[in-house]
Amino acid sequence: MASETALSTDQPRTGPRVRPAHPWAWWGWALGIAGAASVGTNPLLNALIALAVAAVALLRRTDDPWARSIGAYFVLAGLVLGIRLFFATVVGAGSGTTVLFTLPQVALPDWAAGIRLGGPVTAEPLAYTAYDSLRLGLILLCLGAANALANPKRALKSVPAALYEASVAVVIALSVAPQLVESTQRIRRAQRLRGGAGAGWRSVSRVVVPVLADAVDRSMSLAAGMEARGFGRTRDARRQPPGVTAGLLVAMMVATFGGFLLLAGDTPQARTAAGACLVAGCVGVAAGLRLSGRRLAVTRYRPEPWTPRDTGLVVAGLVALGAAAVLGSTAWPEGYAVMHPSTDPLIWPTLHPAMAPVLLGALAPLALTAAPDGGRP
Amino acid sequence: MIEFDGVTFAYPDAAAPTLRDVAFRVSDGDLCVVVGRTGTGKSTLLGLVNGLVPHFTGGTLTGGVRVDGRLTAHHRPRELADVVGYVGQNPLLGFVTDRAEDEIAYGMEQLGLAPATMRKRVEETLDVMNISALRDRPLADLSGGQQQRVAIAAVLAAQPRVLVLDEPTSALDPNAAADVLAAITTLVHDVGMTVLLAEHRLERVLHYADKVAWVRPDGGVSYGEPGEVLLGCDVVPPLADLARTLGWDAVPTSVRDARRRAGRERIEVVAPSDAPLPTAPVGLSVAGLSVDYGRLRAVNSVTLGFASGTVTGLMGRNGAGKSSLLWAVAGGVRSTGTVDAAGRDPRALRPADARRVVTLVPQTASDLLYLPTVADELDRADAESGASPGASRAILDRLGADLEVDADPRDLSEGQRLSLVLAIQLAASPEVVCLDEPTRGLDYEMKHRLTAILRGLAAEGRTILVSTHDVEFAASATDRLVVMADGDVIADGPTREVATSSPTFAPQVAKVFAPVPVLTAAEVGR
Repeated sequence: MASETALSTDQPRTGPRVRPAHPWAWWGWALGIAGAASVGTNPLLNALIALAVAAVALLRRTDDPWARSIGAYFVLAGLVLGIRLFFATVVGAGSGTTVLFTLPQVALPDWAAGIRLGGPVTAEPLAYTAYDSLRLGLILLCLGAANALANPKRALKSVPAALYEASVAVVIALSVAPQLVESTQRIRRAQRLRGGAGAGWRSVSRVVVPVLADAVDRSMSLAAGMEARGFGRTRDARRQPPGVTAGLLVAMMVATFGGFLLLAGDTPQARTAAGACLVAGCVGVAAGLRLSGRRLAVTRYRPEPWTPRDTGLVVAGLVALGAAAVLGSTAWPEGYAVMHPSTDPLIWPTLHPAMAPVLLGALAPLALTAAPDGGRP
Repeated sequence: MIEFDGVTFAYPDAAAPTLRDVAFRVSDGDLCVVVGRTGTGKSTLLGLVNGLVPHFTGGTLTGGVRVDGRLTAHHRPRELADVVGYVGQNPLLGFVTDRAEDEIAYGMEQLGLAPATMRKRVEETLDVMNISALRDRPLADLSGGQQQRVAIAAVLAAQPRVLVLDEPTSALDPNAAADVLAAITTLVHDVGMTVLLAEHRLERVLHYADKVAWVRPDGGVSYGEPGEVLLGCDVVPPLADLARTLGWDAVPTSVRDARRRAGRERIEVVAPSDAPLPTAPVGLSVAGLSVDYGRLRAVNSVTLGFASGTVTGLMGRNGAGKSSLLWAVAGGVRSTGTVDAAGRDPRALRPADARRVVTLVPQTASDLLYLPTVADELDRADAESGASPGASRAILDRLGADLEVDADPRDLSEGQRLSLVLAIQLAASPEVVCLDEPTRGLDYEMKHRLTAILRGLAAEGRTILVSTHDVEFAASATDRLVVMADGDVIADGPTREVATSSPTFAPQVAKVFAPVPVLTAAEVGR
C-alpha cells in the first residue's frame, strides 16, 4: 500500500539538485513510527523496527552538523536499556520462578524491608524490563532519526504564520549555542596570555564575564540588524478579527482535555467524548492559528514545497501506527497477545503476518527518498 | 536625499550632546564619506539616517533628519527599511540566517514581497555584487570581504535609495577592501544609489568621495568638497599630510592628482638613507615553525630571525597565517618546529612564565579584560606579573593614555582599551611583544601615538612583531616587513624596500613620488 505509492513518486527528479524531503514530513513519519512502537512490547517487532529506523536514518541523513546527532541518540537508547537492566538484575523486585543465577545478597537493615539487593535473578522480571526499555529506547531512536533527517532551522521556517515570532526566537536560540562555544574557546585562549586560566572561582569569572559581554554585544548587533532590515514591520492587529487569541486559548484547552480523557477514560462514552473534544480542539487551534497569522504579512522565500513524496512519508508513518493500533487493540485478543507477549509465565515472543505493514511503514523512506547529494554510501 | 536640519543629539545620561547643530544635505546619487576622530559620533550620525538612533539606542533628538522626505523621528528603522539599507560594523554579527541566499531574501520577506519578485531580485543582487558562487555557502565560513559583500547584497535586495555603511573595510586586507569599495562605487555610478560611509582609513575611499562630512570634536559637522574639508580637518590622511607639508591650498583626493601637482611644481624629493637592518642580537628566532588546524596548514614551515630593538610588520591577506604565527610564537596554539626567545621556548613554559618571555595583544583586546574597573585590572596585572604595585599604572602613564581608573574597561574607546591591554601585557616586562592587528578602529592620531609607543619599546631593546593590514601604519611604524601568503613567507626585507616594490603594500606618499622610495610626508618635508 504505502510502499506502492512510494515507488511511483520516487521518479528521478528534474532540476539541478536532489531536493531533500520536507522536514515536517520526516517528523510525521518518525512520530508515526514512535507511536507504533509505543503500542506493544513485542521485542522481536520492536527490534526489527529499530533496525529499520536506524537504516533509514543512516542512509538518508546528510553530512550537516545536526545530522551527526544521531549517534547521541543511539547512546541514549543504549543507556536506557543498560541502566534499567542493571537495576532489574541487582534490585530484585519481581516474583519470577525461573532462576537464571544467584547474586550474593546484601543484608539490609529492617527499615528497608521489602527491598532486596542481590539474591536470585529470575528471568520473568528481567524480560519484562527488557521489553519495556526496548520500547522506550526505540521511541528515543525515532526522535533522534527525525532530528538527524530534518534540518531544524528549515523545519522552523515552515511553521504557521501565527508562530512566526516564536520560531524566530527558537532559530536565534539554536544559533547562540555554537557561538557561545566559539567565543569561550577564543577567550580561554586569550586568557592564557595573562598567565593561564588559574583555578577556582576567579578562573570561571575571567572567562564567563567576557563571554557574556560578547554574547550581549552579539545580541544587540543582531537585534539592530533585524530592526534595520524591517523585522516586525508588517504586524497589523487590525487584520485580525477580535477575540482570536481568547478563542485559540479555549480551543487549546479543549484539545488538552480531550487528550487527557482519551488516556484516563475507560468507558466507551468517555472515549467518544474524548474523540469529540480532540477533534473540536484541533480544528479550533488550526482555525485560530490561521486567523491570528493574518496580522503578519511576511512572505517566505523559496518555501519548502510539500510534494506527494512528503505525503507518502507521512502516510507510511500513519500506516505503521494504524497497523500497530489495530494489532494492539483489546478488541482483537489474538493480536493483543502477540503485541504484548506474556513474561509471566515466560513465553517465546512471536511475529504475526499483520505486523508487516508496520515494518513496511518504517522502511518506506528508503524507497520514497533518494540518498542525499553528499554521496554517503 | 538625506537632510539634516539643526540636529542635536545626546545619549541618555551623557554630559554633553554627541552631535550639535548639524545641518547638511546629501544630494541624490552622491557618495559622502563621514570622517572624524574615534568616538566623535560618526556611528551616531549614520544611525540617525535610518532611525536606529534614537529609536534603538535611546537619547534625545532635536531637529529633523529627513530621508527621501520621511522624518526619521516619526518612522522606526523597520519602516525605513525600504529606503535605507544599513550595514553595521561587523556584518557577521548582524546576519539573521545562516546561508547567503536566505540572508539576501530575509529583508524582502519582512517587506512582504511576492515570492516571484523575491526570487528575481535575489538572482539580480547575487550578480550585481558578484557573489553567485557563494549562494549556498554558510555565512560563517566566508572570508571577511565576502561577508561584507553578502551584507551589502542583503540590504540591496530591498532596493533602498540610500546605503549607509559603517566602516565597511576596517577588518579587510587591502585587496578585499578594494573589492568591496569597487562594488560600492558601481552602485553609486551605475545604480544611482546615495551612499553615506564612515571610514577611518581615508586613503582607501577618498578618491571615490563626492562629498566629505567631518564630525568635529565639538559635535558639529563640516560638510563640503573633500579637498577643502580635509585641509582643516583633524583627521589627516597621508595625502592631506603631504599637502600640509608642501603648503598646498587643497588636498589632492587621489594619488594621480597629487602626482600631477608634484610633477607640475617640480618637487624633488630625496629618499633618506636608512642604516642597514640590525641582525644581532637576535631577540626571537623560529625555525621550521608550522601550525595546523585539522587539515588546514596555516603556517608552513617558517624560518625567521628577529633582531632585538626592531619593529617587524607582518602583512598579507586575511587567512595568510599572520595571526597563527603570532599565536604560535606566544605558545597559544599548537605548533611544530622550534621557537627560541632569548634561549627559552615559550611553548614549553607555564602560561604565567611564558608571558614574561613573549607577550601578545590579541586582535580582540577586550577578551583579556574581565574586571569591573581599570584600577582593578591594573592591580591584577601587577599581581599576575609579580611586578611591584603600581608598575602597570606607570606603564599606562608612559603610554600617554589618560584613563579614568574607575571607568569600566568595556566602556573605553578602542584606543584606550588597546593602551590598557598593552600596559597589562607589558607589566610582565617581556622581551618579545607581539600585536595582532592593533590599528583596527584607531584614527590617524592614535596610530601616530601607537607608532611612537612601538618605537619607544624597540628603543628599550625589545623585539616587536606587529601584524597589520594598514600599509600606511606599516610604512611609518616598522623597520622590516614580512609578507605572508598561504602560510609561507613570500617577501622579507627592510620596510622601504618591501613597501615600495609592490603597489599593494605601498603607502600613498610612495606612490606619489615613485620611483623615489619615500614612505611618509615627514620624509618629504626634510
